[in-house]
Amino acid sequence: MPGHAIEITDLAFHWPGHAVPCLDIPRLVVAAGERLFLHGPSGSGKSTLLNLIGGVLRPDCGRLRVLGHDLSALAPHARDRWRADHLGFIFQQFNLLPWMSALDNVTLPCTFSPRRAAEATRNASLDDEAGRLLTRLGLPESHWRQPARRLSVGQQQRVAAARALLGRPELIVADEPTSALDAELQQAFIDLLLQETAASGSALVFVSHDRRLAAHFDRCTGMTEINRAAAHGG
Amino acid sequence: MRTRAILRIARLSAFSRRSTLVLTLAAIALATALLIGVERIRHDTRQSFVQSVSGVDLVVGPRTGAVQLMLYAVFRTGSATHTLRWSSYRALADHPAVAWAVPLSLGDSYRGFPVLGTTPDYFAHFRYGDKRPLALRAGRVFERPFEAVVGSEIAKRLGQTIDSRLVLSHGAGNDLLPEHGDKPFTVVGVLAPTGTPVDRTVHVSLESITALHLDWAGGAPLPGVNIPPELATKFDLTPQEITAVLVGLKQRSDAFRMQRFVNAFRDEALMAVLPGVALDELWDTLDIFERALRGISVLVVLVSLAGLVATLLAGLNERRRELAILRSLGASPLDLFLLLACEGLLITAAGAAAGLLLVTDAAWWLHDALRSAFGVELSTLLPSPDEAWLLAAILSTGLLASAIPAFRAWRMALADGLTPRQ
Repeated sequence: MPGHAIEITDLAFHWPGHAVPCLDIPRLVVAAGERLFLHGPSGSGKSTLLNLIGGVLRPDCGRLRVLGHDLSALAPHARDRWRADHLGFIFQQFNLLPWMSALDNVTLPCTFSPRRAAEATRNASLDDEAGRLLTRLGLPESHWRQPARRLSVGQQQRVAAARALLGRPELIVADEPTSALDAELQQAFIDLLLQETAASGSALVFVSHDRRLAAHFDRCTGMTEINRAAAHGG
Repeated sequence: MRTRAILRIARLSAFSRRSTLVLTLAAIALATALLIGVERIRHDTRQSFVQSVSGVDLVVGPRTGAVQLMLYAVFRTGSATHTLRWSSYRALADHPAVAWAVPLSLGDSYRGFPVLGTTPDYFAHFRYGDKRPLALRAGRVFERPFEAVVGSEIAKRLGQTIDSRLVLSHGAGNDLLPEHGDKPFTVVGVLAPTGTPVDRTVHVSLESITALHLDWAGGAPLPGVNIPPELATKFDLTPQEITAVLVGLKQRSDAFRMQRFVNAFRDEALMAVLPGVALDELWDTLDIFERALRGISVLVVLVSLAGLVATLLAGLNERRRELAILRSLGASPLDLFLLLACEGLLITAAGAAAGLLLVTDAAWWLHDALRSAFGVELSTLLPSPDEAWLLAAILSTGLLASAIPAFRAWRMALADGLTPRQ
């Protein structure tokens, strides 16, 4: 049903040249607006799953619907466009463009997605909306015009989060975004992220190897629980 | 709006890599300068060669071959085995279509440099390059027998100045030539450099040549006869025979008519050649030289363009992560292509323009030095059609070189995935 952010049934995936499947997931559903914490050791297929959700990889078989769409049925350019319109990513290394200002980095996805640009500029200009998000995430205005490479790791992380949130994509995917922070800052950042996804109504899939961070999520599940391949292979 | 945003990203990205880009630009500029430079030298060498003599409508000499006539009348090398009579010269000079006729008499030398017997008219009518007249750097034109005007190279190499004494040798060559030791010459003038064989010539009057040979017969001094210089001038020094005539016509359109007149001359077998055409022919006999230069040109093109591709590719490979990030944020392959292509094209265009400016500038500064050192008259002005082709080749190579990584970025950036490598 369209109310699901992610709906997986009997999904299997194996890397070319590998006999053993990497993912074998009988069932996984993330409801719209749900905040899911997905944990697992490295090698349990977390990143592969995120790449499948992002439409970068295609499942061997089974059903994968993201926001009600079967991404593998879309043509490549349509998939690119759909991804830019509906998904927000926060990466482990943040993937900011180091020579761009914080503000420009935040508004970058809206350059490529008119839909998100329209959503973000509903009540204010794009820069104002980006500034609002940065303020809420705790990046002082004096830092907005600085190139991203001059910001501290924590500040870069806030910029990356604001970039994913701007334009209210329905699903936000975060891949170990806190691994570079110390424990206190990690929790503070996650709380901010949860708060903001709640405010924008986005679903959140947060992937980490560290289950101690799971406290404030709606649901917490382990890769080994949903992925039969990981359960068998170890 | 999207295109503008992408151009803005391109600008910011380029600015962040400005030091690398300046190097790339410099490399492209140097490659362009090298390419255009070699091409210009090739073109201008030919041009200078063909314009070793200009403003002369016909060169007339005894009937030999056009190339041989050019070799001794213009380049003063080779030996004039035949001569033409003074009476023929007079007939030619008095022809109504002829504006001026300058007699040339060759055969003697000074320390390996050719000696040219002529009249003061030579300095008035001789032109080289783009119709440039001869100029004296010092002194004056010869007026009396045993006065000489030397070319700039002789003056420089042998340290000749005004009032230096020269003893000429009989015949052309370096060693063991009989000398005209009894009749030394005085340098009265030094010519400015021209980059033509004039620089290597000792100019004397026709009368001096006759006077030198009063007491000679069959290429050797007459035994027991010695006519001192003071006495020599008392003889009738009108030459009996000369080696060639430079002819200027009242109307250039008469050239072919005059050529027919000379070729059909009754009294003796003469020939007339159009120097431009003959020099072109002569150059074509040297086509191995031109082929070598063209070969160098082609190699320079290949090496510079390969270098250009390598520089652009190296620069763009550094950007793989940046491209992957843009791709993961929704940039389409076309966006990336636009991003890379406009940078590649702009850098190449700027580099090519800088290279063109560099070579033009260099030509401007080196113009005089090159002209006097090698006799090459550099064209300093706008690029020729050939150069326009080269520039087009450079630009399209630049575009192509930036398209390759754009294509690779399209194929690979997303496979690098949502977690691009560092």
